[in-house]
Amino acid sequence: MRLSAQTLAGTGPDERRKTIKLHEYQARGLLQEFGIPVPPGQVADTGPGAAEAAAQWGGAAVVKGQALTGGRGKAGAIKLVSSAPEAQAAAEQIIGMSVKGLPVQRVLVSQKIDINAEYYVGVTIDREAQNLVLILSAAGGMDIEEVAATTPEKIRRLPLGDQPTGIDVRAWLAESFTQDEQLKQATDIVGAMVKLFLDKDCSLVEINPLAVTAAGDVVAADAKVVLDDNALFRQPEAETLANPEEYTTDEIDAKAAGLSFVSLEGEIGCMVNGAGLAMATMDGIKLAGGSPANFLDVGGSSNPQKILDAMRILLRNQQLKAILINIFGGITRCDDVAQGIIWARDQLDIQVPMVIRLIGTNEEAGHDLLSAAGLRVARRMTDAIQDVVACAQGGSV
Amino acid sequence: MSILINQETRVIVQGITGRDGSFHAQSMQDYGTQVAGGVTPGKGGQSVGKLPVFDSVAEACEKTGADCSVIFVPARFAANAVREAAQAGMPLIVCITEGVPVLDMVQLTAEFKALAQTQGQRIHLIGPNCPGIISPGQCKVGIMPGHIHKQGGIGVISRSGTLTYEVVHALTEKGMGQSTCIGIGGDPIVGMGFIDLLRLFEADEHTEGIALIGEIGGEAEEKAAAFIQAQVSKPVVAFISGRTAPPGKRMGHAGAIISGGKGGAEAKVAALQEAGVVVVDRPDQIPDAF
Repeated sequence: MRLSAQTLAGTGPDERRKTIKLHEYQARGLLQEFGIPVPPGQVADTGPGAAEAAAQWGGAAVVKGQALTGGRGKAGAIKLVSSAPEAQAAAEQIIGMSVKGLPVQRVLVSQKIDINAEYYVGVTIDREAQNLVLILSAAGGMDIEEVAATTPEKIRRLPLGDQPTGIDVRAWLAESFTQDEQLKQATDIVGAMVKLFLDKDCSLVEINPLAVTAAGDVVAADAKVVLDDNALFRQPEAETLANPEEYTTDEIDAKAAGLSFVSLEGEIGCMVNGAGLAMATMDGIKLAGGSPANFLDVGGSSNPQKILDAMRILLRNQQLKAILINIFGGITRCDDVAQGIIWARDQLDIQVPMVIRLIGTNEEAGHDLLSAAGLRVARRMTDAIQDVVACAQGGSV
Repeated sequence: MSILINQETRVIVQGITGRDGSFHAQSMQDYGTQVAGGVTPGKGGQSVGKLPVFDSVAEACEKTGADCSVIFVPARFAANAVREAAQAGMPLIVCITEGVPVLDMVQLTAEFKALAQTQGQRIHLIGPNCPGIISPGQCKVGIMPGHIHKQGGIGVISRSGTLTYEVVHALTEKGMGQSTCIGIGGDPIVGMGFIDLLRLFEADEHTEGIALIGEIGGEAEEKAAAFIQAQVSKPVVAFISGRTAPPGKRMGHAGAIISGGKGGAEAKVAALQEAGVVVVDRPDQIPDAF
C-alpha cells in the first residue's frame, strides 16, 4: 500500500494519498486561469520588490508570507501596510521566517480591499457520498476547522450529483447571498471552482475568505489548492507547481527512494511494510512506553537496496536510540529484506541496537540468512516492540 | 462457508502479461484458485504459462465462463479496466492497482450507481489499492500470502494490507480460522465498504464472528458502528490503527469538516464500543476478544 507524508497525521480523508499543496500565489494563478476574480497582487522575494508592488496602489496593501500551512496570520506572517516603505519593512521581516516549521521564501503583496462580508467556500471529495461536495460558511476569514468544531451549524454542505447544475448551486448560495448581482458573481465563482477541481485533478479548492467588497464585488481574497499526485500523468504542469519545502530533506530523499517517510519526535526508528502495519507498530511502541522517531513504510516491493536506502535515512537521526524493523511479507519476500538488513549492517555505521521482526513469504530463508550473519530475529510483533522499547530505555536485548 | 468467492469461482486476470499480473496469476493458481485466463488488449491469442490471453474481458467471459476479475493494470488504465469488466457483466471485480486518481473513482462510482438504478445491475467492486479477497482453503483473489490463512468461522474486513496479514496470522495461531478476509482498500473512494461486507457476513451461516480493522481518517468506522448496532447480531472485534499518530501535516481544512471531527481514532473507538464492539489495543489481542 502506498501512503503519503500526510498520512500519519491526521484525520482528514485524503491524508493517505499523495498530494501536492500549492502556495496561495499559485492557487491564485489557477483561480485567475478559470476566471475567478482576485484582488490585484504581485509576488516579491525581497523588501524593495514588495515596496515596488505596494507603490502601485499608493502603498495600501496586504503583505502575505507564502507558506504551505494555515495560521499565517497568527504567526505574524500577514501584515497590513499603508505605505511602500512599510511594505518593504514588513516583507523583510516576513521573508525568512518560518510558520509551523515551514520556511517563508516570498510574499504576495496585494492591494488592500475594503470588505463588507466574508464567506468560506470550498470544494473537496466527500468519501462517504463518493462525490464532490461544496462547503459554505458565512463565518469566512476564520479558521474553518474551529468553526466546524465550535459552531457546526454555521457550515452548510451541498453534495454534488453527477452533473452539478448551475441552478442547484445558485439556489444553495441564495441563502447567503441575498443581492442578485452578488449571487450571480458567487454562482459563477463556485461553478469555476468546480471546473478547476475537475480539470486540474484537485483534492481541495478553497477560498477563504470569499469577500464581498465595499464596491459590491465578490472576490477571492485568499485561496488554497491541493492537487492529486495520482493524476500527475495527465497533469504534466502540476509537477512544476510542486513545492519541495512541503517536505523535510529526509522525506524528499525517502520519496526519491520509493519510501514513505515522516519525521517524528521520538527515539525509536521504525521500518515497516504497509501503512496500516506501520501505524499499528507506532501505536504499539507508545503503548509499551516508548516513542517512535519516524513513520517509514518501505512499501510492497522486495528490493534489498530499498532496505539499505531506508536504513541510511533512519540513521541520519541523531536522537535515535534503537531501531525496529517490522516486516510482514506478502509481496515482500523475507529473504530479500534479510539481505538488505545484512548489507546495511555491513556497509553502514549502526551504533544503536536493532530489533528485527520478520515474518511471511520466504520467512525461513530470511531467518536463515540473518542467523548466519549473527542477527537475532523475533517472530511476534509484541515481543519485538517490548525488546526495542527496552533497548531504547537503556536495557539490552 | 464464505462470502463473495468460493471453490466454484472462476477468475480472469486483467493485466496478466505484466510483471505483477503474471506473478500473482501463478500464485493464485498455486493456492488452488481456478484461474481461467487473462486479458491484455492487443495480446489476445498469446498465453501466460498455460493460461490463455484474450483481447477483451467480454471475450474472456464468453470463452471461460469467468465470474470474477482481478485487475493488475497500471493506475492510469485502472478505471477503464474496471469499467470494461463491469460492462462485460462481471459480478465481482477486484482492483489491486494503487495510485488511481480519485476523480476516476468519483466517475466510476457514479456510473455504477446509475447502472444499478437503470438496469438493476449490482456490481461488486473491491478496491482499488487493496490486497484483495481470500476464502481460505477455497479461493484467493489477490496478493496476500495464502499460507497464513486457515479455513474457519471468522470474517475479516480491513482498510489495510499488511496489518490484515498480522490479524489473520494472530487468528490462525490461536486456531481460529477465517471464512473470508477482505481488504477494502486504503483510498478515499473504494468500492465495497465495511457496511456492505458486514451485511454479507451477518447473512453467511458459516461466519461466527467478525474482525474489523480500521484506521484514522474519514468516518467509515463510525458508520459501521451504527450499522453493527442496528443489524449485526454476531460478535464483532475491532482494532483501529493510528491511535497515537500525532496531529499536524494534515491537508486542507475542508477535509476535516467532512469528517465533522470524526476522523480521529478516539471517536471511532468510542462509536464502536457504544455499538457493543470490543476494541482491542493490539492486533494480537483480537483472537482472545471473541
